[in-house]
Amino acid sequence: MTIDKALVSRIASLARIRVPEEEKETLSKELDSIMGWISQLNEVDTSNVAPLTSVVETALPMREDKVTDGNNAEGVLANAPKEAAGFFVVPKVVE
Amino acid sequence: MAKLTDLSLGEALDGLKAKKFSVTELTKEYIAAQEKCRGLNAYTVETPELALKAAKESETRYANNNARPLEGLPLGIKDLYCTKGVETTACSNILKGFKPTYESTVTQNLWNDGALMLGKLNLDEFAMGSSNITSAFGPVISPWSGKDPANANRKLVPGGSSGGSAAAVSARCAIAATGTDTGGSIRQPAAFTGLVGIKPTYGRCSRWGIVAFASSLDQAGPITRNVKDAAILLRSMAGHDPKDSTSVKRAVPDYVAALQGGIGGLRVGIPKEYRVEGMPKEIESFWEKGAKMLEEAGAEIVDISLPHTKYALAVYYIVAPAEASSNLARYDGVRFGLRVPGKGIQELYENTRAEGFGKEVRRRILIGTYVLSAGYYDAYYIKAQKVRACIAQDFSQAFKKCDVILTPTAPSDAFAIGEKEDDPIKMWLNDIFTVPVNLAGLPGLSLPAGLSAGGLPLGLQLIGRPFDEETVLRVGGVLESAAGFKALPPFHA
Repeated sequence: MTIDKALVSRIASLARIRVPEEEKETLSKELDSIMGWISQLNEVDTSNVAPLTSVVETALPMREDKVTDGNNAEGVLANAPKEAAGFFVVPKVVE
Repeated sequence: MAKLTDLSLGEALDGLKAKKFSVTELTKEYIAAQEKCRGLNAYTVETPELALKAAKESETRYANNNARPLEGLPLGIKDLYCTKGVETTACSNILKGFKPTYESTVTQNLWNDGALMLGKLNLDEFAMGSSNITSAFGPVISPWSGKDPANANRKLVPGGSSGGSAAAVSARCAIAATGTDTGGSIRQPAAFTGLVGIKPTYGRCSRWGIVAFASSLDQAGPITRNVKDAAILLRSMAGHDPKDSTSVKRAVPDYVAALQGGIGGLRVGIPKEYRVEGMPKEIESFWEKGAKMLEEAGAEIVDISLPHTKYALAVYYIVAPAEASSNLARYDGVRFGLRVPGKGIQELYENTRAEGFGKEVRRRILIGTYVLSAGYYDAYYIKAQKVRACIAQDFSQAFKKCDVILTPTAPSDAFAIGEKEDDPIKMWLNDIFTVPVNLAGLPGLSLPAGLSAGGLPLGLQLIGRPFDEETVLRVGGVLESAAGFKALPPFHA
């Protein structure tokens, strides 16, 4: 698999990061070489191995389904780049 | 009397208890040291007023004989820990100006035990790096410069990502510091600057309130001047936290008490796969010397095999970017941090993230997005998690034959700012001995055990069984006494 410019554009769009046209060529080479290096993993026979999901051998704890935090709109909005009337403000989404 | 900033954390604690000096005196010396060391670029934020205010309270406690375990100790905090009301940026432009309205659990644990904060410490952006050169605040300069006069003007890296923490503790402008370690970010900078650093078992310290990089690998830990200091700090940092579902419900042992006793009969494993191609001869002989010291202290040296070691970095560079791409999705210019306007919301996201993230962070988000995307998930991400299981399995097999594992911490001593920047893979190779430990979730400690031919510190790493920090620290203490590392960086407060 080679990472060409079209794939770079697709990945960048999925990642929501604008990549200027002139950087795509370099980036595709760079990512391609990294993924090439990573493909050494195919040497390892993992047909009988289950993927690791957690290094800690414990079940996730359960707790009562009850609000433990909240009623802190001021704190939540304290670092907002733009806010109004207790809401985050973003550009118009629905036409 | 020696300068107060020369005292280790343990010594300072004894001095405070014996009322040889006051918390304010100690704190003021550190504030002066902080100013003197500004050229290193170790601190991103200095909080002398907060420190002096807390020092007053600590003094009252000493006067009333109700001092807490870390009463009055001035610490530096890696800028990945959220600190209430004090700017926390993870050294990224995307978080410039962010003032958390809450405190991370680990720092809160430290304050509850009486420690005070001198300021926030520089790091690689979002902890992604091994040199501290990716920080939006600029690189940290190591207080070490080596003995070669030709290199006198060569500025060395302190390692990374906890580079500010390492530089500050080494240059004596913090008595100790917090770090975080995802692939070696505590141990490698500790090794480069002649310090002790421990990454505890995954789940030992709460990750709540620490800016997330790769959640299945990240762990908090201390960077200190000796093993005992690490034991003292870790005891306060560690502990179960209901706010982090992966934090483990296990009592925290008395790590200082664990330093007592010898290592007679203890089996120390030497993994043959760590003799990697291109490793300098001096690192290898240094490693052998370390094994010899442990043998002389009564340990038994056993050869072990960790056959999947060579795949650890490739696994890491799938798992860590995958988790990072998901964790860093929250930086979108809407709720906090930088916002770069655009036509519509999509363009706002894309512009904000393009401008806010640095080059290395963008690269890793793109890799992570790719390996998780439809059609590639099984081939990359699942494959990596399978090989990761093999790496973890290697360690559990090895621990049937030994009680602790000894390796070098890094394949070289510190390099200069600007080196290894042309090729990301070359930079990543720095973490070859530390990354497997994170992948398996094990405790790992680095301690300084000598100087390279160039006069720079070299570290040895001890790896333990899950939640056996006690053995790791005890062996570390024995190795520390045997090695007798006393060198100070040419530049210090």
